[in-house]
Amino acid sequence: MATKAFELKPGMATREAFGKALVELGRENKDVVALDADLSKSTFTHLFGKEFPERFFSCGIAEANMVGVAAGLASSGKIPFAASFSCFLLNKSFEQLRVAVAYPGVNVKVVGTHSGISIGEDGPSQMSVEEVSLACSLPGFVVLAPADEVATRALVRAAAEHVGPVFIRTGRPKVPVVYSPDQDFQIGTAVEVIAGWDVSIIANGLMVAEAIRAQKALEAEGVSARVIDMHTVKPLDREAIRRAAVETGAIVVAEEHLVDGGLGVRVAQAVAQMEPCPMEFVGLQNTYAESGTPEGLLDKYGLLARDIIAAVRKALSRKR
Amino acid sequence: MLMRQEHTLEELQVLAKRIRREIVQMIGEAKSGHPGGSLSAVEILVTLFFDVMRHDPSNPQWRDRDRCVLSKGHGCPALYAVLAEAGYTPVEQLNTLRKLGSIYQGHPDKRFLPVLEASTGSLGQGLSIGLGMALAARLDGRPTRVYVVLGDGEIQEGQIWEAAMFGAYHKVDNLVAIVDYNRMQLDGFIKDIMEVEPLIPKWKSFGWQVIELDGHDIPALQAAFAEAASVKGQPTVIIAHTVKGKGVSFMENNPKFHGVAPTKEEVQLALEELK
Repeated sequence: MATKAFELKPGMATREAFGKALVELGRENKDVVALDADLSKSTFTHLFGKEFPERFFSCGIAEANMVGVAAGLASSGKIPFAASFSCFLLNKSFEQLRVAVAYPGVNVKVVGTHSGISIGEDGPSQMSVEEVSLACSLPGFVVLAPADEVATRALVRAAAEHVGPVFIRTGRPKVPVVYSPDQDFQIGTAVEVIAGWDVSIIANGLMVAEAIRAQKALEAEGVSARVIDMHTVKPLDREAIRRAAVETGAIVVAEEHLVDGGLGVRVAQAVAQMEPCPMEFVGLQNTYAESGTPEGLLDKYGLLARDIIAAVRKALSRKR
Repeated sequence: MLMRQEHTLEELQVLAKRIRREIVQMIGEAKSGHPGGSLSAVEILVTLFFDVMRHDPSNPQWRDRDRCVLSKGHGCPALYAVLAEAGYTPVEQLNTLRKLGSIYQGHPDKRFLPVLEASTGSLGQGLSIGLGMALAARLDGRPTRVYVVLGDGEIQEGQIWEAAMFGAYHKVDNLVAIVDYNRMQLDGFIKDIMEVEPLIPKWKSFGWQVIELDGHDIPALQAAFAEAASVKGQPTVIIAHTVKGKGVSFMENNPKFHGVAPTKEEVQLALEELK
């Protein structure tokens, strides 16, 4: 873990950072190819398609076939990035991800955009609130949920270098920049964004920025909160979790996902095995969301700094 | 380096019969498996592996090899016997089919048998995987051709038609799909479960070159694969009319032997017929 000074600055959407990173990879390695299911302007794979038309495969609105084709490309030495909205990729192609990708362990990278509820007005049929759970259930998969453009660029590159299946979760809205450009990211190694000793807030995706906002407010009250970016949901950084449990004695997990089956339950499993301590969970509670502005949705469904602070107080009240 | 093997028709037919015996024996020994759809695909696989495909058992990962994906994974006893006879895997282990730790898993599993091009068994997926392999070869400028063996019931899966659209749209002319058209699936005759006809207009309308033949006629298969190799700008599908359970009289066209193993006595009867 590394601690970095930071301030939240306006940044681009993680989906856009993915699209740009993919073009960089395409320039460096001719084996990198991309596939998209009629959403390339939204997933930003159109940038890759424009520069490398012969390495970009338009699949039409047929995600299952797209994942199968990606598996075939990968078993012939290519490094395919197959992109679509997270909800369609993981739900419509789950069977193909299972049998054609995870089971033989082929080197396919699956990138979901428009994850979580922050996509806004399009509503729940396009929102993805189950896919971290689905992706983590696949043996051998690496599951990544970057917080900002810096993390996304680094983790897309790390995914290309990793041999084996990877799912990367990105979002639709612009999100604040958390990291300085030189921040180091390793798959499976959490980043301690802010040091703290009373409680740990473990978050990923756009909830990292909310965790930072919560930490600032808590600090004003005299509560020292550690903020950990668990950008790799699988394999989990168990050592960072163990230290959080031992050194801070209370943990709040915050994610833009259903609390049933996401980052929270995986962290809780690790905590229960290693060092039980009071835990609370911020996320979507057994419901689908609705149409609205991203800000309005995060407010209504309890995914703001305010909600993390409330969870911290609850966890602290149970701390011995 | 072995590339193309030269065999006479008689040799290929003798080989096909030996492979049928091995199929019946290994499924009998395993006490479970799918004899009907294994026996119907024998000539298709024998023609591919012993005549048509460029491959090298002494160098299974040869980059430029032709590839065969058995999308109808439940027919794997036929593929296992063919791979063993071709020299990739031990013939003497065929009777470990479906047993714990065997390289011959119940459905094709690359983890146990890396020489397999794909792990299959969940129907409908092999054509997409094969198309990816064919595209990779095209990108690299490799001569690889890809052969995907489909079940007839399998093409009821929607993914097959997603893949059919994709193959035609991307002009994947280095891929051939073969439909093992034995007219039966687990629950009975295809026409009574979910009709797939009219098959030829269907594939044609999806943009594929279509060749129809008797799937047990080796010279016809040889001619069709040669014809497919000359087609440019579109993929080819071979509609191979076959007999489920081919070669064993009491298994032929008998829906019972889709997914039920022969008893010891039935294995003996079958081996008598396959002498």
